[in-house]
Amino acid sequence: MNAPLRELTYAQAIQEALATAMEADKRVFIMGEDIGVYGGAFQVTGDLVHRFGEDRVMDTPISELGAAGIAVGAALAGSRPILEFQFSDFATLAMEQIVNQAAKMRFMLGGKVSVPLVMRLPSGSGTGAAAQHSQSLEAWLAHVPGLKVVQPSTPHDAKGLLLAAIDDPDPVMVFEHKLLYKMKGEVPEDAYRVPIGKAAVRREGRHATIVATSIMVHRALEAAEVLAGEGIEVEVIDLRTLRPLDTATIIESVKKTTRLACVYEGVKTLGIGAEISALIAESEAFDYLDAPILRLGGVDSPIPYNPVLEKAAVPQTPGIIEQVRNLVKGRI
Amino acid sequence: MAKPVAAAKSEAASNQRPFYKQFTPEQLKEALRRMCLIRRFEEGAEEAYMRGLIHGTMHLSIGQEASAVGATMALRKTDYITSTHRGHGHCIGKGADPKLMFAEFFGKEEGYCRGRGGSMHIADVESGNLGANGIVAGGIPIAVGAALAIKQQKRDDVALCFFGDGATNEGAFHEALNMASIWKLPVVFVCENNKYGMSVSTERSMAVANVADRASAYNMPGVIADGNRIEDVAEAVTTAIARAREGQGPTLVECKTYRTRGHSRSDRNRYRTKEEIEEWKLRDPIGHFETELVANGIATADEIAAISAAADAEIAAGIDFARNGTDPSPNDVTRGVYTPGNPS
Repeated sequence: MNAPLRELTYAQAIQEALATAMEADKRVFIMGEDIGVYGGAFQVTGDLVHRFGEDRVMDTPISELGAAGIAVGAALAGSRPILEFQFSDFATLAMEQIVNQAAKMRFMLGGKVSVPLVMRLPSGSGTGAAAQHSQSLEAWLAHVPGLKVVQPSTPHDAKGLLLAAIDDPDPVMVFEHKLLYKMKGEVPEDAYRVPIGKAAVRREGRHATIVATSIMVHRALEAAEVLAGEGIEVEVIDLRTLRPLDTATIIESVKKTTRLACVYEGVKTLGIGAEISALIAESEAFDYLDAPILRLGGVDSPIPYNPVLEKAAVPQTPGIIEQVRNLVKGRI
Repeated sequence: MAKPVAAAKSEAASNQRPFYKQFTPEQLKEALRRMCLIRRFEEGAEEAYMRGLIHGTMHLSIGQEASAVGATMALRKTDYITSTHRGHGHCIGKGADPKLMFAEFFGKEEGYCRGRGGSMHIADVESGNLGANGIVAGGIPIAVGAALAIKQQKRDDVALCFFGDGATNEGAFHEALNMASIWKLPVVFVCENNKYGMSVSTERSMAVANVADRASAYNMPGVIADGNRIEDVAEAVTTAIARAREGQGPTLVECKTYRTRGHSRSDRNRYRTKEEIEEWKLRDPIGHFETELVANGIATADEIAAISAAADAEIAAGIDFARNGTDPSPNDVTRGVYTPGNPS
């Protein structure tokens, strides 16, 4: 008899990955703003400071650029830093170190060093925190060669992808979604890894493919369930990693379903959907398409404070249902 | 380069500066050799550029050799440095091989960065040089991070961070010094104040008279050294290194110096006078050190001439080596972006 799998929240799963990595490897430490006794703005680090001490769960001053540079230097000198940004928006203060230093160091030095660091970036809208605390900037960082960018959508993947990121010799940006922190799901107790660069097919279908990221995976699955009642079978791919992109899984799915919708929270223009659309346009799957490609992304606006406007700024389930129905019925 | 040695007791040496007792005659002559190598390296690079042998740009530190060598004399191989866009001197000071630096300048596979970095990114990780940096102040938090790793690993090494006066107006400088101080990290901040951030003078860009004044905001010693006098630099930095090794935290050392060449190849010297440049040329750090070595009975004029000639020969051989190096294949353009054997 198999015992039922244990459930953890997304935040608990991340904390378990951090503890597992620190237990296994003395070089691993975490740093960030208010991650010590406060437990982190979203209670992800929780009580870890009591378990591992202030030397390994380091509160930093409010100095994002300096902290990012310290992570780069510590990684170059043999430690394994994990830096928590309180909000992914604050990574804009650290762009110099992320983009010019962390991403390029290995290349600029002729491949003679590695920069094994992890940055955790709580992102996304829906919390009423307005324009400077709600962005989805993952496409910015995914545009930078030298970085890897992952976006877990479930507690299972939040743990497994973070452990894979900590193992990785190159800098990995982990975009977590703030609305998912309290979501529960099955999380095995062992130190499993979810491979970087592999998408997951969350639901199989034959009429259309939705490629979604992060919280949009759940909205896409809700939409697919409703559409199934109408006889429309939608395949839902959870991208999980933006860089390196799992091109094979996307191409194979579109060849099968002949229709593609990209659903993501970041701003639609020049975003992830554009990359995936172009990938299909440049691939053998192009000849299989029976409809134009559909992109559902954030509107070209900062995230508003008003809750009605905030919802209107990013894709919601009813809109996904309507648009994908139109896609399959030839109305686009 | 090596550990300072205990002072030799001698009546005759009683009025000597501590510098001449802290280091052996061999170490002092090696310091001169490295200063000569830096000067010849940069003159050679400049000439190669003029002759169209290398492309891109470069930032010469001619006139600043005393701070580069004086600051690195008391470092061990396992200590780290981070460097700047004007970093050839730091690299040679920490023990890099000029011929591999030239190979990098010439964009060859034999270069320190396999031709991918060029002048602004020369690094020699083997000798503890974590790299020059094209971003002003970019290396400062990186040095602090290396110092944090040293402390975590319970090593007694230090990280020494070079930067210019312009970098002290960047936020990264202030954030990094603050964290280095609150965590008492083994790091030494060495500012080479050459009076100009590209064209804008420190008088026009800095609210305080000295970079060292900024140390008080971060509760660390701020020391001013004559950056054109190797004795002054080495004494100040040796004290700071010892303090860092003993766990007493960081020091900010300001070396007042001057670059006699322009900021980079595009500089037409419109922001300073010929008289100012000529005045500083008279304070040449190499000429001064040579005079002092003879006056202190450490080297003869013949020995100094031999050191200088050997530097000339080494630089000439380095340029030949680089010119005959291997050009990278265009097929390898993305090599080194990610660590092989992992998803990328």
